[in-house]
Amino acid sequence: METMSILILAIPLFMFLLLGLTGMKMSHKLAGTLGCLGMGTTLVLAYTVAFSYFFGGCPEFINAAGERLQSILWNVTWLQFTDKLVIRLGFLLDPISAMMLVVITTISFMVHLYSMGYMRDHHGVFEKGFQRFYAFLSLFSFSMLGLVVATNIFQMYIFWELVGASSFLLIGFYYTKPSAVLASKKAFIVTRFADLGFLIGILVLSYYTGTFNFTELTSAPVEGLANVFQVSETTAEGVKSIFANSAAPLFMGASVMTWALVLIFMGGMGKSAMMPLHIWLPDAMEGPTPVSALIHAATMVVAGVYLVARLFPLYLMEIRSLEIVTVVGAVTALYAAIVACTQVDIKRVLAFSTISQIAFMMVSLGVARPEFHHGIGYMAGMFHLFTHAMFKALLFLCAGALIHAIGSNDYTAMHGLRKYMPITHITFLIGCLAIAGIIPFAGFFSKDEILTACFGNSMLWYVWMSAVAGLTAFYMFRLYYLIFWWKEHKIPEGHHAPHDQPWTMTLPLVILAAISCVAGFVPFGNLVTWNGHPMFDHVSFFTNLVHLDWTVAAVSLAVAIIAIVIATVMYRKENPLPAKFKNAMPALWTWAYHRFYFDELYMFITKNIIFDKICKPIAWFDRHIIDGTMDMFAKVTQRLSISIRGLQSGNVQTYVWIYLVGALLMASIVWLCLL
Amino acid sequence: MDKLSVICYIIPSMIMFCCGVYGFITRKNMIAMLISLELMLNAVDINFVVFNRFLFPGQLEGMMFTLFAIAIAAAETALAIAIIVNVFRAVKNVDIRDLNKMKL
Amino acid sequence: MESVGSIVMYGIIVAAIIIFSILTVTTRRILRAATYLLFVLFATAGLYFKLDYEFLGAVQIAVYAGGIVVLFVFSILLTSKPGDSSARLTSKRRVFGLIAAVASLVVLGYAIMSRPEIWTTVTAPFTMEMTMNNLGEMLLGTEKYQYLLPFEAVSVLLLACIIGGVVVARKR
Repeated sequence: METMSILILAIPLFMFLLLGLTGMKMSHKLAGTLGCLGMGTTLVLAYTVAFSYFFGGCPEFINAAGERLQSILWNVTWLQFTDKLVIRLGFLLDPISAMMLVVITTISFMVHLYSMGYMRDHHGVFEKGFQRFYAFLSLFSFSMLGLVVATNIFQMYIFWELVGASSFLLIGFYYTKPSAVLASKKAFIVTRFADLGFLIGILVLSYYTGTFNFTELTSAPVEGLANVFQVSETTAEGVKSIFANSAAPLFMGASVMTWALVLIFMGGMGKSAMMPLHIWLPDAMEGPTPVSALIHAATMVVAGVYLVARLFPLYLMEIRSLEIVTVVGAVTALYAAIVACTQVDIKRVLAFSTISQIAFMMVSLGVARPEFHHGIGYMAGMFHLFTHAMFKALLFLCAGALIHAIGSNDYTAMHGLRKYMPITHITFLIGCLAIAGIIPFAGFFSKDEILTACFGNSMLWYVWMSAVAGLTAFYMFRLYYLIFWWKEHKIPEGHHAPHDQPWTMTLPLVILAAISCVAGFVPFGNLVTWNGHPMFDHVSFFTNLVHLDWTVAAVSLAVAIIAIVIATVMYRKENPLPAKFKNAMPALWTWAYHRFYFDELYMFITKNIIFDKICKPIAWFDRHIIDGTMDMFAKVTQRLSISIRGLQSGNVQTYVWIYLVGALLMASIVWLCLL
Repeated sequence: MDKLSVICYIIPSMIMFCCGVYGFITRKNMIAMLISLELMLNAVDINFVVFNRFLFPGQLEGMMFTLFAIAIAAAETALAIAIIVNVFRAVKNVDIRDLNKMKL
Repeated sequence: MESVGSIVMYGIIVAAIIIFSILTVTTRRILRAATYLLFVLFATAGLYFKLDYEFLGAVQIAVYAGGIVVLFVFSILLTSKPGDSSARLTSKRRVFGLIAAVASLVVLGYAIMSRPEIWTTVTAPFTMEMTMNNLGEMLLGTEKYQYLLPFEAVSVLLLACIIGGVVVARKR
């Protein structure tokens, strides 16, 4: 088990080094195959670890009461500053990290395979930098795996930055394209800005609690968790007493712990593209589509959700911070869903859909309370994370196949493709049904659990999120109809008819579609819960179906179906309805189309206020006062040296004269002094 | 002044030395500078001998020093003249102020 | 009490030294400068003889007058045409030279005058006989007041000088 867990991290890192250092010497095919093989091995190992964690029944992982335990497989000291300030790297296995191992390796392997087909042109010639692409994919996989298995918050931060860096590298993969360069820069700067909050939060948290370790941090706040997180009672009591004392200091009306948790959540907002730090994600679609599927849909962007889930017991202690999570998530979900209804670029639509869905998970975590259904929101958030990763990766890979076939990102260039690309069509439809929440596809179950959790928290969030769910169904089917129906496809002069892609690209689609069909039946309630305690007494394939809250489910199903029907009416065949709607609400439409002018707002703040009003005076001060002082020193020195340069004439007689006169002067002075 | 004391010998030697200084600073010809150098050296030699003779008549140290100084002066002069001849060959000139080819 | 002849001899030698020294550095013809130097060296040799250093005087004549001055004359003939005279000195340069010379004269004179030993007159004759035998032993002995080591050092120096002269002056 330990060896396997080490290998899970070591193989992708090794592949990164191998492909990064020697990739250019290899043929494209070899590099791609090696990357796939490495990821495939990791996949097998991760599955083995996850399955033996969930179903092995080993007493290390599950106790007699059926509670799933946190288990640290290994933990090495990486840096030791003082006795208390120790940074360790390790491997923490618990329900969510095991689930994330499965998600990451699955999607990553699919993307590795898919890229073999995607990263070449229509004549089968590989793209420039193909090996580099695989090296970065391996780097990303390594960082993401390291992030989810982090045993302490500092390790998480290290890998957090690493995924940010690899995301930056991959968005800017086409670095000759200015828009890609700008997008990668934007992503990096925005997430870095958010990570500043994260780092401050870490420092505040660890300063007051005296520990980085997740097990100790999360075991203390809630009664009876110590044994689940396998921390001795004394440690838990110690940390708890610190908590009791540290919550006291107030800062601007909130306790220090609340501040720390909100700041940490700010890091999560940056990575998970929550409003108002979401602006980088739509632009990140400049990267290759497989990258969008892996990083910007399935894995990296859910890191924020994962972070909140990891520290969930702490958030539970400070309900106010949890409410902030809820509000941010809900607002983002609605905003992104509205924007997604108007975008033209299919990847942009999917990007906003991703933002919206991640916000769903955030809301789910935010509304989770242990009193209601054993904290169902936590389970639902994780469940949705899992299913969303599958169907969103599927949708992105389908989009990639479409873009590859058509050569454009806009649906205006597509329309009516259902006859030409049947496999893509079917898999895309499955993805849409899953995200819309139609029974029995994956999204139905997870979304239903989220809505149940909202219902249990407050009516407002329930209605709000149901509306967002309806919008989700609407914009996804709008996209679906506009791509595959609307009107007959016009093949441009001199082009072949579009067709399905080679097996390397369609196989991942089919696999992911299959997973999207059945993932909803995974009995998550017994696998992933916030305190490790199973939610149901017995488990079967239809557990989720049996335990559904049918009132909530029926309502959400009805909403989804109505939304789909509306989308069908509006977009199935070419008709003037969409234009009418557009003209009916021109302001809303324009605002949504321009993403509510968030980019412009940022531009205004950074350029007109920060640059012009703050930076320019500082630059002036720097250039004229600071530099001026330095220049003055330099000029004085220069003048001085020019004036005494004549002494170094190179004329030996002058030297002798100066030497002699100097010596005589010195002799007389000494002599006069002695007198 | 019926007996010659040390000062009687030191003064001409000092004058010789100062002539050497003057010559070294003013002359342009390198050989002339070398000649001035010899003057200074000679003045120093005289001092050695005179001090030896008047103040320490028991030993011959000053004389020996002068002997070696003469030998060294001969060596130095020979080498300097070799260099000057070589320089002359290169630039057709022995004027110290014209030897600035290596200067920036 | 010195003899009158000795005083006269002394006066001639000192006058020669002073006059020819000044002439050496002031004449504008380089060959004449070398000749005046020769005279100064001769006068110096005379001084040595007067102080009973016959061997030193002989060496002075042989090495300086016979060797070095000949070298000077040769190099002068090699590097300048006969009849060449250097350009008239600029007054600035002359002033600089004079300042240096006079200043050193003043300072050195002041320093010398402040010592009482300068009024010493010749007292004892040499305790040691100045025979060639004694001199040879001094040069080649290793006892106290014997100078084998400097002698050898000078011989090495001379060898190095010969080689250096050959190398430097060699035609490439």
